[in-house]
Amino acid sequence: MSLLLETSRLEFHRYGQPVFRPLELDLQSGRAIVLTGPNGVGKTTLLRLLAGILAPVRGSLKHHGEIAFVGHLPAIKGDLTCRENLAYERHVGPPGLDMAEALARVGLAGLGSRPGRALSAGQKRRLGLARLLVRETPTWLLDEPYASLDDAGCSVVDELIGEHLDDGGGVVLATHQRHPRVDAQRLDNITLEFAPVRDAS
Amino acid sequence: MIESRTHAAAALFRRDMKLAFRRLGESLLPLFFLFTVIVLIPLGVGPGPNLLSRMAPGMVWVAALLASLLALEHLFRPDLEDGTLEQWFVGERAVYARVMARLLSHWLVTGLPVIVFSPLAAEMLNLPRHALGTLIVSLVIGTPALSLLGGLAASLTLSTRGASVLLSILIFPLIVPLVIFATGAVSMAADSLDPGAHLGLLAAFTILSLTLAPIGIAAALRMNLE
Repeated sequence: MSLLLETSRLEFHRYGQPVFRPLELDLQSGRAIVLTGPNGVGKTTLLRLLAGILAPVRGSLKHHGEIAFVGHLPAIKGDLTCRENLAYERHVGPPGLDMAEALARVGLAGLGSRPGRALSAGQKRRLGLARLLVRETPTWLLDEPYASLDDAGCSVVDELIGEHLDDGGGVVLATHQRHPRVDAQRLDNITLEFAPVRDAS
Repeated sequence: MIESRTHAAAALFRRDMKLAFRRLGESLLPLFFLFTVIVLIPLGVGPGPNLLSRMAPGMVWVAALLASLLALEHLFRPDLEDGTLEQWFVGERAVYARVMARLLSHWLVTGLPVIVFSPLAAEMLNLPRHALGTLIVSLVIGTPALSLLGGLAASLTLSTRGASVLLSILIFPLIVPLVIFATGAVSMAADSLDPGAHLGLLAAFTILSLTLAPIGIAAALRMNLE
């Protein structure tokens, strides 16, 4: 077991107020952390902090190895085909699965030459997941991975997460609807709490 | 580490070029713009050759400037909206390299066509032939600065409402020296004087923006993601 992500007393502020209670989060390989909490508590913010998109106001964050982030926005170019979108991703980092294989894995087999803008919301989501497969990245940060997916799509997410954990990867995901249906031994839950509001005076 | 940064930047550059070719009409807009300006000016101010050749350096440069400005709105905004911009900042952070790649593709779409067609424009505006070389040199040295400074203005106004208005106001003072040195050089050459001093200042200005603008752009982009 090796450490993929280390944080200590991580804090982020918005409009001068801390977003969530300062938290410690260590991600081990082969484990998944499920972030839950009410709307607006900062699950997305935390994932963006862990990804490095935002800089923490206080506390420290250490990455060991590459990181992949799948957020609310699909990060897909509508004018490029599915295959071209994945090809870009593949060139950015150490290559993983072959593109046709990755598309088949997320249920988009045969749609490789379809332009991104012609995909439905759920299909875009699936293509977003395929981005995870064409690159070799130990740490996955997933923001609401089950959103806009049908039942089959949700099971694909579960399978992908399960396999990734088996391969020694780590996952942090934020979710409302459902928890990943993988070996419960591998899951850790973190519930975010609102930080106490500080008096501005 | 350095290798992965170059990979990330090269991948972005290839994708940008692919996208530019896929939307060829949009990519050629700056060039059409240049032609409209160059063709309409003589019709508007009358065909007096002396008048036109006095105005030629300024006109070509203003056309180059407007062509560059025209594409700025789309420099980072589509990436912000579809989420590819936030991916620049995930993990390995080759942000600086990617900013340079993006600016290079902006320059290839807006700056290079102006340089390639500047001899034609110079001929249409009756610029003295011996000043053509200086015009081209001034464009080669100066148009990268247009992309750099334009990129800075575009990144600063990325998530503001009414960005295009603010963008034009922001970029205006930045490019005044550029236009003065560049057109100064070409006018000197047209009068058979040595344009070296002006070109030197122009180059210094471009080098200054090359050093500072990408750092500013990377910081401004990140600010827009918060």
